[in-house]
Amino acid sequence: MDAQTPRSVGANLLIALAFLFAGMLLVVPLVLIFSIALRDGVGAYLNAILEPATLHAVFLTVTTAIIVVPINMVVGAALAWLVTRFRFRGRNLLVSFIELPAAVSPIVAGVVYLFLYGNQGLLGPLLQWAGVQVMFTPLAIVLVSLFVTAPYVARELIPLMQQQGTEDEEAALSLGATGWQMFWHVTLPNIRWGLVYGAVLTNARVMGEFGAVSVVSGSIRGQTNTLPLQINLLFNDFNIAGAFAAASTLALIAVLTLLLKSLLEAWERR
Amino acid sequence: MAQHRSKHLLPGFGLSMGLSLFYLTLIVLLPIAAMLLKVAGMGWPEFWRIISSNRALSAYRVTFSSALFATAINGVIGLLLAWVLTRYRFPGRRLLDALVDLPFALPTAVAGLVLVTLFDASGWYGQLLEPAGIRVSYTQLGIIAAMAFTSVPFVVRSVQPVLEEVETDLESAAMTLGASRWQVFTRIIWPAILPAFIGGCVISFARSLGEFGAVVFIAGNLPGVTEIVSLLIFIRLDEYNYEAAAALAFVLLVVALLTLLASNALAAWQVRYVDRKS
Repeated sequence: MDAQTPRSVGANLLIALAFLFAGMLLVVPLVLIFSIALRDGVGAYLNAILEPATLHAVFLTVTTAIIVVPINMVVGAALAWLVTRFRFRGRNLLVSFIELPAAVSPIVAGVVYLFLYGNQGLLGPLLQWAGVQVMFTPLAIVLVSLFVTAPYVARELIPLMQQQGTEDEEAALSLGATGWQMFWHVTLPNIRWGLVYGAVLTNARVMGEFGAVSVVSGSIRGQTNTLPLQINLLFNDFNIAGAFAAASTLALIAVLTLLLKSLLEAWERR
Repeated sequence: MAQHRSKHLLPGFGLSMGLSLFYLTLIVLLPIAAMLLKVAGMGWPEFWRIISSNRALSAYRVTFSSALFATAINGVIGLLLAWVLTRYRFPGRRLLDALVDLPFALPTAVAGLVLVTLFDASGWYGQLLEPAGIRVSYTQLGIIAAMAFTSVPFVVRSVQPVLEEVETDLESAAMTLGASRWQVFTRIIWPAILPAFIGGCVISFARSLGEFGAVVFIAGNLPGVTEIVSLLIFIRLDEYNYEAAAALAFVLLVVALLTLLASNALAAWQVRYVDRKS
């Protein structure tokens, strides 16, 4: 059954099947993206990416990620610290509640924000009175992105911190470290790869979020279109080359995400 | 430590509790409460009329049946991948392992774009399937394909760690006592991975129910035939029918909550199983 013994025919068959499924489901789609994006040559590909609307979508997508990822890293670490280091009433409820944004349809995420900040929403009249527009602006995109990725970092850190226990931290405190010293010199080095991995996943989801953003962005071309929305727009305009060029940038980020993830796991094993 | 007034051993309870509650209230709870208020304000008859309309009922049927099929496919493929990844050592194993996460990393809109192109009549897969009379693009099969693609990692990633933990000495012992490979699988391995397997399937199902980006590209979005609940909500918003959107979103929110509770209960079951064994 192990590496030393020669594999049976059945085992080889299963491995071949696994590669067949993975190839058809995962490799072929990746190959397709780049082959269509580069079909008309590198020049045409660069032109499609450097088109102002697409370039602006790249800018908006990257800006959103730069704002959202650090916020959810800090909050995710705080949440993980809270639920793994302390026992308090409502703890289990809180753990379930953290997961909710990732379990619900992204369309619902968009809808709940519409009912808070939209003109029909709870704060709508107040915002109108103050002359502040939240819906259909980049701010709304940032808010729904914070919502959909709220669980990602905590989800990575909670099992990790539970497994590590509290001995290291208690030792630091008994040696006279302050709370912050303990956090910077003991906790953070212990959880850094989990934290980075959570951030990488958060980043991938923020950059790729489609449903929630399409509800709250208003999809104003060149103003509130993120990359996934831009892909949809180009596709509906029958601009297949443009859609695949835009998609290839996100696919590249996805491949980098997987690469980083494998590297982080390898480092953690060491 | 003596002068610590807190009843907790470690510092930061107040800070982390304050930050967590403040953030969750502002970003998660308040928006959900705003939608619940909208739903509460519409009255029961109106709410019931919206969520039991024929179009909504067909949307539930399409969404649920597609998610069920997608989960069944992922159960089989996910179990196979988890098994091969944990049980055998072969060249390309690390690559295969990394590839499994692709659907998590690839944006759903990109997945939708790729699937609709692959299954198009002139696409790489469509060319082979259409002559055989199998149409995937703009049919329910397309919805199933999109849901299956976006949720395939869930089953693999929940079964994989448990499969690694199943003691191989227990298996070898059973084998030396004359058990067949099949008996070892059904009597020892399967009971051990069952909770994780069901848990993975539940999350995969929940994710499929909520999938939007990949599905809208390939589904054709014909009301009553290939219209999923998320899309119906989107259409109602486009028509400025906010009440209908809120009522349908409420249905999806409740379903998401129920699946979450179910998967947490399964996780607890898994823990109990492990405790009982040791």
